Amino acid sequence: MNATTLEKKGSNHLYSSSDYLLEVTELKKHFPIKAGILQRTVGSVKAVDGVSFRVKKGETIGIVGESGCGKSTAGRTLIRLYEPTGGDILFKGKNISKMRESELRRTVRKDIQMIFQDPFASLNPRKTLKHILAEPLITHNLYKGREREDKIQQLLEKVGFNPMFINRYPHEFSGGQRQRIGIARALAVNPDLIIADEPVSALDVSIQAQIINLMEDLQDELGLTYVFISHDLSVVRHISDKVGVMYLGRMMEFANKKDLYDEPLHPYTQALLSAVPVPRRKGVERRERIILKGDLPSPSNPPQGCVFHTRCPAATAMCSERVPEYKEVKKDHFVACHLY
Amino acid sequence: MSQTNPEISQSELELNPNLTEKPETLTKIFLRKFMKNKLAVIGAVFLFIIILASILAPVITPYSFEQVNLMAKLHPPSADYWLGTDRYGRDIFTRLMYGGQISLMVAFGSVIGALIIGVSIGALAGYYGGIIDAILMRIVDIVISIPSIFLLITIVTIFKPSVGNLIIVFALTSWTSTARLVRGEFLSLRSREFVLASKTIGTKSYKIIFSHILPNAMAPIIVAATLLVGSVILAEAGLSYLGLGVQPPLASWGNMLQGAQNYTVMLTAPWYPIFPGLLILLTVLSFNFVGDGLRDALDPKSIE
Repeated sequence: MNATTLEKKGSNHLYSSSDYLLEVTELKKHFPIKAGILQRTVGSVKAVDGVSFRVKKGETIGIVGESGCGKSTAGRTLIRLYEPTGGDILFKGKNISKMRESELRRTVRKDIQMIFQDPFASLNPRKTLKHILAEPLITHNLYKGREREDKIQQLLEKVGFNPMFINRYPHEFSGGQRQRIGIARALAVNPDLIIADEPVSALDVSIQAQIINLMEDLQDELGLTYVFISHDLSVVRHISDKVGVMYLGRMMEFANKKDLYDEPLHPYTQALLSAVPVPRRKGVERRERIILKGDLPSPSNPPQGCVFHTRCPAATAMCSERVPEYKEVKKDHFVACHLY
Repeated sequence: MSQTNPEISQSELELNPNLTEKPETLTKIFLRKFMKNKLAVIGAVFLFIIILASILAPVITPYSFEQVNLMAKLHPPSADYWLGTDRYGRDIFTRLMYGGQISLMVAFGSVIGALIIGVSIGALAGYYGGIIDAILMRIVDIVISIPSIFLLITIVTIFKPSVGNLIIVFALTSWTSTARLVRGEFLSLRSREFVLASKTIGTKSYKIIFSHILPNAMAPIIVAATLLVGSVILAEAGLSYLGLGVQPPLASWGNMLQGAQNYTVMLTAPWYPIFPGLLILLTVLSFNFVGDGLRDALDPKSIE
């Protein structure tokens, strides 16, 4: 499937240099902790501390992890809402990690868009749908006058919205409807990559399914690539081609969905997957739950060595000393663990 | 999927039947909520009358504000002098209307000035944060620490206390609370998701500030400005009462009170201090009521 979508995009010379639409290497984002009247930096919260993965065009990458593991920060750093502290972000073969905002605006802002978690906070309450959807078109000078109006109507239709609501304000709509508007806004500039930061976790389960289906339909239709951030393992399993598991700012495991869910290698992934509730069926053994001991350590003072060793059931002496290398142990299966 | 999905649109209509009605604009919602607060409505009507009367003073008043009639000094309220006369025989009703012009002009002028300074500084500090924020907020701290009543008195003594000077002085001493308020709003709004969405779209900073952040910060700014008008009217009255504000023969509510501060005058001609005092009280009270009403009506959290 990737081969065909690749060819479609073959006209873009920047892209042909690499197989991947997005390559993230050792991405880091540390937030300084400041204290005193001089605002000296006394430490840092290592929200993202070494995340690497690669995304092919047309794929959906799921990123999972518990609250506070840095997955949202990783997403926002990827799209350069935050300045990365270190690491490289290659988008279409171009390093955007240190690009200036003016250059970003000229080159990649149009190609990477984001869908946000909270549909009640992601739309300006003082603007009508028309204004909200016109903003990306005006910013990038796309379409004029009548055509712009048509495009906005098309966008609304595309996300299953009646275009007659074009002059309404966001407060008149429900959460699921607002999330559709958020998706329409992200689509307005015809992006290649969409970073979806917990796009369904604020919604009812039935609405979640609608939004997920909509995202899948749009992907088929427009050849979109998704980075799908969520804490919901079942949703990620449903939508993703590849899945990355994050813990305390680091990528612990990254593999094809099937490999990761059927044969998780990292002890953290195993524990995480064992927590997913499964319906009981005859003949199917109940899986044993792996209960992790202790709390999530503070990202401002992460443990030495492997960050997971304090809670890992398989930890050895080496784990508290050396940081495990994040390496490909099987084809397309990356793990950061001393066991492999 | 490229066409409308009729199923979803239909179910949306059923779930949310009010969507088929005419949309209620934000202005309508605001008016509906403001009208619920009776005190605020009364205050607004009162202010409207006062402002209109001040503007129309030359038309509706029977005398000129400096017309002296020594034959009718301290004349009690009568058909000729509706609210009586002062110690030079000037008509108090007339002077109240003209005084309203001056007092309100000083108040509105100062507040507009304070808003321009306060909103700009607060917006810069809140939006950019970091070192810019630190520097600007220390300046605010310094300005707040200056005892403003002494500063006012000093400046007014050095420069001639004209209406223009008063406006400048009040603007320069009262912008700090606005700056802090706006900074706080900007700090919280700049990390809201709709602002982040604009950034990912590539919208330029000045556009984000003016089209996304400022409109959402307007409600508290308007409320604060309304309350500030009340406090500037009081400050001007106080300064004029000390003889440092608007100078006679120009009338302001404060310097009319000053003229009546004599003990015997207060006893023999109570209408002389009462009417300007009452007008100051009612006007400031009205501004406060309207401010409260605006706060409730503009609260975005109760927009539903």
